[in-house]
Amino acid sequence: MRALNRKLLRDLWHHRGPMLSIAAVVAAATMTVLSMRGTYESLVIARDSYYEQSRFPDIWASLERAPESLKSGIQGLDGVSAVDTRVSFMATVRVEGLEKPATGFFSTIDREDVMLGRLHLRSGRLPGQDERDRVVISEQFAKANELVEGSTVRAVLNGQLRELEVLGIGISPEHTYPLAPGSIFPDNQTYGVFWMGRNALSELADMEGAFNQVALTMQAGAKEAHVISELDAILKPYGGLGAHGRDLQVSHQFLESELSQNRTTGTFIPAVFLAVVAFLLNMVLRRLIATQRQEIAVLKAFGYTNADVGSFYLRMALFAVFLGAAIGSVVGYWLGDMMVELYTEFFVFPDLQYRLSGWLLSFAFVISALAAGIGAMAGVRQAVSLPPAEAMRPQAPASFRPGIFERIGFARFLSSSMRMVLRNIERQPVKSIFSAIGVSFSVAILVVGMFLFDGIDYMMDLQFNRIQREDLSVSFERPVSPSVLYELQSLEGVSEAEIWRSVPARLISGHRRKEVGITGRHLDDDLRRIIKEDGLMVRLPAEGLVISRFLADALQVEAGSILDVEVLIGQRPVRQVAIQEVVDDFLGVSAFMEIDALHRLAGGIRSVNGANLKVEAGRRESVSRALADVPAVADVSSPRAMYESFRKQMDEGFAIGVFFLVLFSSIIALAVIYNGARISLSERGRELASLRVLGFSKQEVALLLFSEQGLITLIAIPIGWALGYWLAFAMVQSLITETYRIPFVVDSGTYLASAAMTVLAALLSSWVVRRRLNRYDLISVLKTRD
Amino acid sequence: MASDQLTSDSAKKGPLPIFRARGVSKIYEMGEVRVEALKDVDFDLNEGELLVLLGASGSGKSTLLNILGGLDRPTSGMVWYREHDLSQADEDELTTYRRKHVGFVFQFYNLIPSLTARENVALVTEISDDPMAPEEALDLVGLADRMDHFPAQLSGGEQQRVAIARAVAKRPNVLLCDEPTGALDLETGRIVLRALERVNNELKTAIAVITHNAAIANMGDRVVRMGSGRIASSDVNTHRLSIEEIEW
Repeated sequence: MRALNRKLLRDLWHHRGPMLSIAAVVAAATMTVLSMRGTYESLVIARDSYYEQSRFPDIWASLERAPESLKSGIQGLDGVSAVDTRVSFMATVRVEGLEKPATGFFSTIDREDVMLGRLHLRSGRLPGQDERDRVVISEQFAKANELVEGSTVRAVLNGQLRELEVLGIGISPEHTYPLAPGSIFPDNQTYGVFWMGRNALSELADMEGAFNQVALTMQAGAKEAHVISELDAILKPYGGLGAHGRDLQVSHQFLESELSQNRTTGTFIPAVFLAVVAFLLNMVLRRLIATQRQEIAVLKAFGYTNADVGSFYLRMALFAVFLGAAIGSVVGYWLGDMMVELYTEFFVFPDLQYRLSGWLLSFAFVISALAAGIGAMAGVRQAVSLPPAEAMRPQAPASFRPGIFERIGFARFLSSSMRMVLRNIERQPVKSIFSAIGVSFSVAILVVGMFLFDGIDYMMDLQFNRIQREDLSVSFERPVSPSVLYELQSLEGVSEAEIWRSVPARLISGHRRKEVGITGRHLDDDLRRIIKEDGLMVRLPAEGLVISRFLADALQVEAGSILDVEVLIGQRPVRQVAIQEVVDDFLGVSAFMEIDALHRLAGGIRSVNGANLKVEAGRRESVSRALADVPAVADVSSPRAMYESFRKQMDEGFAIGVFFLVLFSSIIALAVIYNGARISLSERGRELASLRVLGFSKQEVALLLFSEQGLITLIAIPIGWALGYWLAFAMVQSLITETYRIPFVVDSGTYLASAAMTVLAALLSSWVVRRRLNRYDLISVLKTRD
Repeated sequence: MASDQLTSDSAKKGPLPIFRARGVSKIYEMGEVRVEALKDVDFDLNEGELLVLLGASGSGKSTLLNILGGLDRPTSGMVWYREHDLSQADEDELTTYRRKHVGFVFQFYNLIPSLTARENVALVTEISDDPMAPEEALDLVGLADRMDHFPAQLSGGEQQRVAIARAVAKRPNVLLCDEPTGALDLETGRIVLRALERVNNELKTAIAVITHNAAIANMGDRVVRMGSGRIASSDVNTHRLSIEEIEW
């Protein structure tokens, strides 16, 4: 067997081109398994241990105000394990040196033993229960604004301007992905979380002995829906705004959608790669065995068993695959480490690091070996079943017949060389189809990858250029009189102002219910618009609701349906309201009403919660600062600034994303086209040499050889587009969440770029094989018999 | 190397040999082994001549034919096709030369399996200046009724005749045949040789046939014997036998 091993090594070396190209595809597969799947597992481990340590709640509810004594009532509900009551609210914060005001989410911290969703201190200490104006701030906010222990910030709390001292810096599992209400991506400079002692903050907020938020954990086996409805019922008299589980907890929701995306791509992409590996091995080994027929015959004639011969080719496949898996493991480990590092910028955990489990590593090797086995099977069987005597004889000449093109009478337009190309493609339909599918994967990967950016671009353009047309949006700490409009209009620098009201309500259709804020606006308001998916504007009706498609689907209603609307403030009236229109929108879940109709629905005193402002050129910063100092203002934000910071993040992400997509898709295209052309050359070397003898130039012969791969690439491109389109559609469907829906938009640029990249890879492969063709020895090829 | 120039030159000076080789040597370096395939060979092929190049395996006859056909270059010495020096021609010039002036027939036919007989011939006529119709060429070799068959559907002799038709369809000045009957039995071999004879008689194409089969030598105008890379003898055949009289 030692001689056979030596032959194995020499054959591997001799066929290093195809073997390395296959190893590269395996490396890419292993790389994605280790990086994406590895990142996914690392995040899951970090999340689980964090949630466990910090006693992450299962259910949250906000309410107007309830006495602390209600806590024991909640504790006594069926299925409830532990209860944590809090006081929390939003307030504007001024940081020294920061032009625009920031928004702070203020919350109380309780004693360690009663607190759910415990803080994890990175540095400093927790303030005592009664320590006023001493806070722990969220790490992201501290980093973005260069705040350390001992720094001070100013905040308007319950109408009083207070100077707060930073005692410590911490993180909380409820703010792993710190997102200001209403935004869709984090801006750590302008949004932070502030924790103060329970008694101190309650006193500042006039909430002594009371709470306005409750979080709880459930007993094992308790039904979430049951606990939620019990909690809603007990909080109803206290202005309960509807309880929700983890699925609607913003930070958790983003983390989960990121994880599920990771899991999907970490499964899908390696699967594509491994399918390509199996196909390539099948193609390469079968050709190799065809050229080694006589060697196989000699081996068998000398007494080597079928098992010896079969395992020879299997080992060849395994060698290429394990080489790739080894390279992929090293690169994948490094890449996974980098990806996790990148995640720590967005998701904050006490202990997030890349962990590569032995299980995952062996999994990567096992699936690679499996792909090798599947790919090698046909070739090995061919080698094993070859009787020695037959193997000594040359293979019968390839038989051809007129293909479909000729039978439909298309042939007379074709030159003899074009007929050769077509017949070669048609003669091995399976190989041609798989080659085309292989190349089309490379196109599809690019389409799917780039379309996401198209969709997000479209969504952002719609949101920030067509829907949010204001320069500043203001929200008030508590409802104020509609006359605030006149004060805002008279503010220096403000050219237009529009007020809005938001009324928390529960929309009920049969047994389906959904809590949502109904936004009321004036009919002629123009700073905010309601825009549908297709970019058209929707006019607000004088009566009735306009709601998001997502909401309509959740409630299973359509335009024209009548809903029961339970208002969750004041007297909590329940009224019937008609849905006038359902809008396909992308961000959040909305319900709109004309403001006077909303006032009538809510009953009680007319009030507003915020305003949108148009500001004179160059006055944005100054108006924003002036507003932040108004005690009633909870938050001032600028959609423009949000858009710009989003764009910056997107562009960085785009560059990294596109780099890997191009890398992955090129590896596939290169490997498929290179091996296809190389095998054609090997199968048809004699034919091409004959043509050279007949006076065809090198270019003409090369053109003939590459026309086949060229045609396959051309066929593959539209298949890849269709495949990419379909995958993109599936992806959009799987990413529908309450927070955002990615529009299904594929730019023509995406199609063009994906095709161009693939053509480029095809040209590169041809160039490599062309060099081989140029080295072909005319005479020796013709002297031998096939 | 323009063909009009060739014709006008040859018209001026009267019949020249088509090929003249003087002092041609060819050394192959195969790894560490040096093989001297041709040693100081002088050789002529005249217009319209049917020449048989006879020799054992390894005598250098194929090497000589390959050099004449522009598939290979001599290590030293000069080779002229009419007045054009093939030993100095570059790759592109040799390609043009093969395309326009010379036809090849090999022992193993070397047909394109994916093309029918007619298309195999058309492959060459499509890139030639003044070809005959593929049908005419196939008729010449007696395959008028097999034109739309693929190589896999033809017998060895038929395949070889397609190869001859493909070689002559561009009306070459010279046809070079390397063991054209080497893979065929007597009867089929005869049919192939008859096709070559007909080309020589009707088109006046000069033909050089390589063979190790001495019996075939009798069909030629001249017989050149080779051994160990040298020309051993060159005899004019006063009594050219018809194909039917040849036995082997």
